[in-house]
Amino acid sequence: MNTFAELTIVLIILLNMAMSVSGSLASCIRLAAAQGVAAGLLPLMAAGGAHGRAVAFAAFIIALKGLVFPWLMLRARELTGARKEIDPLIGYPASITLCLAAFAASAWLGSRLPLPQSGVAYIIPASLATIFTGFLLITTRVKAITQVVGYLVVENGVYIFGLALFVEQPLMVELAILLDVFVAVFVMGIAIFHISREFDHIDTDALSQLSDWRRGEEG
Amino acid sequence: MAVVLIVLPLLSGAAAFLLRDDAARRRLLLWTAWLHFLLTAGRILAYGRWGWAYSVAEGFRETPFWLPGAWEWFSFDAPGLLFLGVTSLLFLGAAHYAAAYLAEEKRDPGEKGENGFIFNNAPEAVFTGCLLLFLSAMTAVAAARHLGLLWAAVEATTLLSAPLIYFHRHKRSLEATWKYLLICSVGIALALMGNLFMGAAGLRGGAGLHLDGLLAGAAGLDSQLLKAAFIFLFVGYGTKMGLAPFHTWLPDAHSEAPAVVSALLSGALLNCAFLGVLRAAQVCGAAGLADFSGGILVLFGLASLVTAALFMLGQRDYKRMLAYSSIEHMGILAIGAGMGGRALYGALLGAVGHSLTKAGLFFVSGLVLAAYRTKQIKDVKGLLRRSPAVAALWLAGFLLITGTPPSGIFLAKFVILKEAVAGGRWAVAGVYLFFLAVVFAAMAKIFIETTFGEPAQEPERGFEPPRAMVRPALVFFVLVAALGLCVPSWLDAVLNLAAGAIGGAR
Repeated sequence: MNTFAELTIVLIILLNMAMSVSGSLASCIRLAAAQGVAAGLLPLMAAGGAHGRAVAFAAFIIALKGLVFPWLMLRARELTGARKEIDPLIGYPASITLCLAAFAASAWLGSRLPLPQSGVAYIIPASLATIFTGFLLITTRVKAITQVVGYLVVENGVYIFGLALFVEQPLMVELAILLDVFVAVFVMGIAIFHISREFDHIDTDALSQLSDWRRGEEG
Repeated sequence: MAVVLIVLPLLSGAAAFLLRDDAARRRLLLWTAWLHFLLTAGRILAYGRWGWAYSVAEGFRETPFWLPGAWEWFSFDAPGLLFLGVTSLLFLGAAHYAAAYLAEEKRDPGEKGENGFIFNNAPEAVFTGCLLLFLSAMTAVAAARHLGLLWAAVEATTLLSAPLIYFHRHKRSLEATWKYLLICSVGIALALMGNLFMGAAGLRGGAGLHLDGLLAGAAGLDSQLLKAAFIFLFVGYGTKMGLAPFHTWLPDAHSEAPAVVSALLSGALLNCAFLGVLRAAQVCGAAGLADFSGGILVLFGLASLVTAALFMLGQRDYKRMLAYSSIEHMGILAIGAGMGGRALYGALLGAVGHSLTKAGLFFVSGLVLAAYRTKQIKDVKGLLRRSPAVAALWLAGFLLITGTPPSGIFLAKFVILKEAVAGGRWAVAGVYLFFLAVVFAAMAKIFIETTFGEPAQEPERGFEPPRAMVRPALVFFVLVAALGLCVPSWLDAVLNLAAGAIGGAR
């Protein structure tokens, strides 16, 4: 059983790298969705088999991350007409180098942390690397939608981290967290729609009027 | 009781989205605010007077019979009750202000443009509905007994307040909303990591993430993992609380939102995040790591104080100045909480005083904005002649917020300073005093200029503020001044119990 889980971990790591070099918005959204589905499948592969509640919950997560979120974001992309490239602030070689460095650092960190040992190799480094990749997407991409994708990737990473630590939260808490993530994507989607209407594009570098560092102008 | 207090604004929030009539919706807002406040006040008095304390048995009494087991999730202890009381009182003032404000905006839309921009306000139903749902989420934060639910409730407050900041559909408020949404959501995702670390720390002892379980089994927690948990929780909730250097969203959001929303964000929401930090410190204290968590709190508290003081010097926007003052006060609260003991009492008293005063100041700033239609300090001169009533409140707010006696904030700042000196923390006391003086000087310059300065041209007419928009600030200021003269016995009891429950370094 663990072999499948480890293969899934490898897939998640590869998806991180694919996202860090992906040039098109749509493929970035789909890659994040695929990662969400892979993360959602992980608990089902846990040794000892899965019980009813876990299956139902995993199905719910997969439906949300694999279908609803990409649908919402692709729709936001359509509505705002943001079909162009992703416009990273740093080049793709730099992006993938950072992503690899993040993975190496995570592997080192994962071996140092005094965490309970799980049977699945590399699950903790993979989760930390996913979180770093999410931050990379948020900080180095210009489009507002990519930042939402980055937020979802961070969320995927935190979810995998929770699996690795065996922290079982009660169903009500898990549902509350998922509801929050859902509403977050929804609200951010609406905000993106307004940004595109207000600025005619969704590049966040236009969002720089408010600052205390610029002297001598209004603002 | 806790469940009732959460569900009440939830239901009226949903109803507000559906109601078509503006006047009816405003009445609904006021009634809900009053009902919430009366229930909360009764609950706090019962607690402070007769010690109706948190316990499992009380949980049963608090829970409606149709929701068995709900006490596990939501119930009030002393810190929760304290912050609930502040939130509810603030919301009551904000509801009165908002009802008048919305009526004004309705009568005179578009023309409220500031710096030549014309606002195209969001629908009133969305605004009122989100306000009520926001109250529900904040009540849930105060009542949550499970760290996972606490997290979910704090994130919910972020999401529900984002539409409120974007009430004036304008580029600048949109930018503020986007920064707020993204920075706070990502910050709070880190707090979720903290929760997971906390869960891992208690895995061996089976402590779970329920606050009662964690506190009972604190001795068996893995201290390394608990430290990691505290750091993540601190960064996560600290982002929301506006501690430097995670504060970057705060001046934007607080300055671009409508005054009533700024008041709620600054007075109520920052407290909710502070409660999240306090919960993490509470577990650390119970596990004997109070020195570790206290050190972090004091360090970042001082950093916030210094940052706020520096950015307040030469500030050009008076709402941003108020926002930086919030960062300063959050820093002071963190310092007090980090030192523990009596200083914690001071911090909690400071939280009450800051919430009321800052909310009142933001209410008044809305009136100044209505009178001058600009947030630039250089264009606001001679407020005293333009509108004596607003000017008097503006100055009173300044004196109270900077901690001039008699002000509850003076008492709080003084208690914290006394503890720092008594504990032999001379460096902390020195930095604290020096930068409080810098803040006072910076704010004094701005407030004196705006109130007494000579305007470039004589105003054509005075400005008569609507009564309903003046009254909340007036009541809050009177309360804070009274708080400095005498802390009522029931409040003293709640503050003492809350400080005792959270504990911290001695």
